[in-house]
Amino acid sequence: MRTRFGNAVVHDGVTLAVERGEVFALAGASGCGKSTLLREMILLQRPDGGSIRVLGTDLEGLDEERALALRRRWGVMFERGGLFSSLTVAENVELPLREHTRLSERLVSELAALKIALAGLPADAARKYPAELSGGMRKRAALARALALDPELLFLDEPTAGLDPLSAGGFDELVRRLKELLGLTLLIVTHDLDFLWRVADRVAFLVAGRVVGIGTMEDLSHSEEPLVREYFHGPRGRAAKEQPWNPR
Amino acid sequence: MNEELRADVRVEGGTVRCIGTWTASELGGVDRCLPRLALPSRGDVVVDATGVHAFDLAGVWMLRSAVRALEERGQRADLRIRPEHAGLLEMVSALGLSAPPVEAPPTPGLLARVGASTLSIGRESIGVLAFLGHSARTAAHGFTHPALIRWRAVLHNVQAAGFDALPIVGLLSFLMGVVIAYQGGTQFRRYGANIFVADLVGFAMLRELSPLLTAIIVAGRSGSAFAAQIGTMKVTEEVDALQTLGISPTALLVLPKVLALAIALPLLTVYADAAGVLGGMIQARAELSVSWSDFLDRLVKAIHLKDYLVGVGKAPVFAGIIGSIGCYHGFQVSADAEGVGRRTTTSVVHSVFLVIVVDALFSVAFSVLGI
Repeated sequence: MRTRFGNAVVHDGVTLAVERGEVFALAGASGCGKSTLLREMILLQRPDGGSIRVLGTDLEGLDEERALALRRRWGVMFERGGLFSSLTVAENVELPLREHTRLSERLVSELAALKIALAGLPADAARKYPAELSGGMRKRAALARALALDPELLFLDEPTAGLDPLSAGGFDELVRRLKELLGLTLLIVTHDLDFLWRVADRVAFLVAGRVVGIGTMEDLSHSEEPLVREYFHGPRGRAAKEQPWNPR
Repeated sequence: MNEELRADVRVEGGTVRCIGTWTASELGGVDRCLPRLALPSRGDVVVDATGVHAFDLAGVWMLRSAVRALEERGQRADLRIRPEHAGLLEMVSALGLSAPPVEAPPTPGLLARVGASTLSIGRESIGVLAFLGHSARTAAHGFTHPALIRWRAVLHNVQAAGFDALPIVGLLSFLMGVVIAYQGGTQFRRYGANIFVADLVGFAMLRELSPLLTAIIVAGRSGSAFAAQIGTMKVTEEVDALQTLGISPTALLVLPKVLALAIALPLLTVYADAAGVLGGMIQARAELSVSWSDFLDRLVKAIHLKDYLVGVGKAPVFAGIIGSIGCYHGFQVSADAEGVGRRTTTSVVHSVFLVIVVDALFSVAFSVLGI
């Protein structure tokens, strides 16, 4: 797969496959092209070369109707939330349900409350506007909205960026619960090493638009590739691995 | 195959049978018919959901609501589902307990809203006064220490607000002159008083229309730009950064802009005067057969210095109004997506409103003073 913005080549020769039911992470330093790749997977951007298949459907040449059908099967959590600032949290979560299902008002608001609770938010957060929430709560609200239509596939863009360690830890737990209980497949763009160690099944490591390693965290940490070693064996990399509580 | 996908629920004797795909997109029909379903009214009920081959949270929630409805009536409900869905049911049951339905807060009555409006107007007025006071103090400090004024920023704003506006101000003023000459000319022609079109164009443009038109254009162009620039800086925490670096945002952001407008607007007004008179002159020549020299002769006789000065003298006042309002609204921008846009629009509306009101006041004052 290739992507170019003018003369800047963002990706060149990226190939990867994600299995159903796994937590797959795209990792790498800032500017390596992982967010762009994510945007291409969710139909926000078109690659200049190569192809992407999501849930068995090729993304190239999709008509409006089929694109919509596909969009209803996945949920996206944006890095800065993407919550609609003029709607309360509850209204944000209810929006996809209102748009794409024909359920009654009461059921829609009950289901929204359920998703808000699932994302770990207290009940009174539902009536608040996004500007009134802290950063961690805003991310959870964005996650609740991504889960509104019970998607099979969840895309998370830097879910733990800017979160304090406690909130970030809570997020790790949440992601694991979603995978186990709902059987979700998750594709997560992150550079949070703790998160990668605790949650990711497999990781694709990107450097300057190329995949330099794919595998479990264990595999990658033993990789001979110099760029991968730099990432994993720098001081923070080692610290993240050697946590005594690391369940892996 | 289609039958299998449709979500359905039926009552057969003492059993409620659920079949199909119980997911959010398919449940519309079930949601509608469930309240009307003739559930057995006595005794134990078996809720058999083993015929459902796919559940999502919505489906499980619905099932659970039905079960709870039965239990609230005092009946026992024996729920059967496929083992692979048991975990989902457990999770929803646990969550459901902690997710009471969200109640909307009551909408405030008319009186409450009037009260809230009044209070917010009061608060905003206090904010405006505070802003003006602070700006005036900074300006006074600047005048006593001219070396501290950021002349580069002033000149940059003079270019942006003044020089770059020359084409649009020139064009619109020219057209206004043409329109005035045309409208007045049709009346003058009736009495053979064509030459007085010069008086009309001169008085109208120099005293009223040029200053007003120029101020409105500049309010739309530059007033909104000030609000948007400062507003965006506020949202991105740049204003906070300035303060922590010991640089007064008022001195860096507000003062150069207002000063630049105070320099540029009078100059633009003079330029607009010339363009408007030119437009009137061309129209007079074209439609009313007033030659260039006749027109200019008459203009010089009819217009006095005070007419010119009245027009140009209003410009600094307008500049102060436009600059202050634009900057004030910029600082008031809130952190949401609509904030910058809303405040930019408000600043233009307020500026134009105040400019026209002050212009009217000037007219009254001048007529009283006989100027």
